[in-house]
Amino acid sequence: MSTTRPIATTRSATGIPTGKLAVWWVIGSEIVIFGGLLASYVMHRLGHPEWAEYASHTNTWFGATNTFVLLTSSLFAVLAHHAAEQGDGKKAAKWLLGTCAGGLVFICVKAVEWTGEIQHGYTITANGFWHFYYTAAGLHGLHVIAGCIIMLIIANDARKGKELHRVELIGIYWHFVDIIWIFLFPLLYIAK
Amino acid sequence: MAEHQDHAGDHGQAFYVKIWAILLVLLILSVLGPIIAPHVAFGFLEAWMITLMTAFGIALVKAYLVAANFMHLNVEKKYISYLLATMLMLMLLFFAGTAPDVMEHKGQNWENVAAAAEVERALEAEGKDPHGEHAEGHDDAAH
Repeated sequence: MSTTRPIATTRSATGIPTGKLAVWWVIGSEIVIFGGLLASYVMHRLGHPEWAEYASHTNTWFGATNTFVLLTSSLFAVLAHHAAEQGDGKKAAKWLLGTCAGGLVFICVKAVEWTGEIQHGYTITANGFWHFYYTAAGLHGLHVIAGCIIMLIIANDARKGKELHRVELIGIYWHFVDIIWIFLFPLLYIAK
Repeated sequence: MAEHQDHAGDHGQAFYVKIWAILLVLLILSVLGPIIAPHVAFGFLEAWMITLMTAFGIALVKAYLVAANFMHLNVEKKYISYLLATMLMLMLLFFAGTAPDVMEHKGQNWENVAAAAEVERALEAEGKDPHGEHAEGHDDAAH
């Protein structure tokens, strides 16, 4: 095995390890991506009074359940970080797997919710509201899936006590995904 | 790991569980908001205002709690907060620049015929007055 460590791990010219700085930059660009999408949704929603009726068909309980799931998975992610700080890689890996399970439950709830909506004719082409609904929630769902895959890789390393600093990095990303949902929930499910 | 010790190292598990419990209470309040809003509305405080406050006001508080305590943004280098705030400002700039053309369907020298027609068609299909969307108070009075 090579003993060379990646520069992202060893260098911190800005006062922050380069890998962590990269995660903050990813989040900065994600703010623009999701921010642009949500800002577009808000301006269209305000310009289209008929969307209030379309929005009334979303199920608040599905949204609330998924908010609960993501908030809980965020707790698991920060507990994984806490365990990694203590140098306990095995415990960190367990919390990361718990976080990943939260992501899986989130996707399953979304699958059930979307199946019902599509069966009722509320497809992505039904009207502008449902177009935004599936685009925003779908893009967010892709971030959840990507986060879960990365988390499994990091958990596998953490279990062996390797690269524990990465537990914090994936945690930061996961909390951001949680924050996006915190805003999607009232936009798509509460404001009717 | 030394550089991480000043972050989460200050807090035990109980602290994070406490933040999570506060987030759940806020979630419950945001779900209950639209349900209780019509019953607690009085005077100038209308039901939709209460719903907006419980939905988006609470979302802002929840996002702050997650960012500050779970992402540890409160103990991160200041320039990270400035970086994220700059991105939010870009989003607001985008909104300010484009919203007037999207939220309105007619200006001094232009008209978005397709959008206006779609609003009219959809409101008629819903059985509502397509020309009364900006005069809800008058509609209520008429009924």
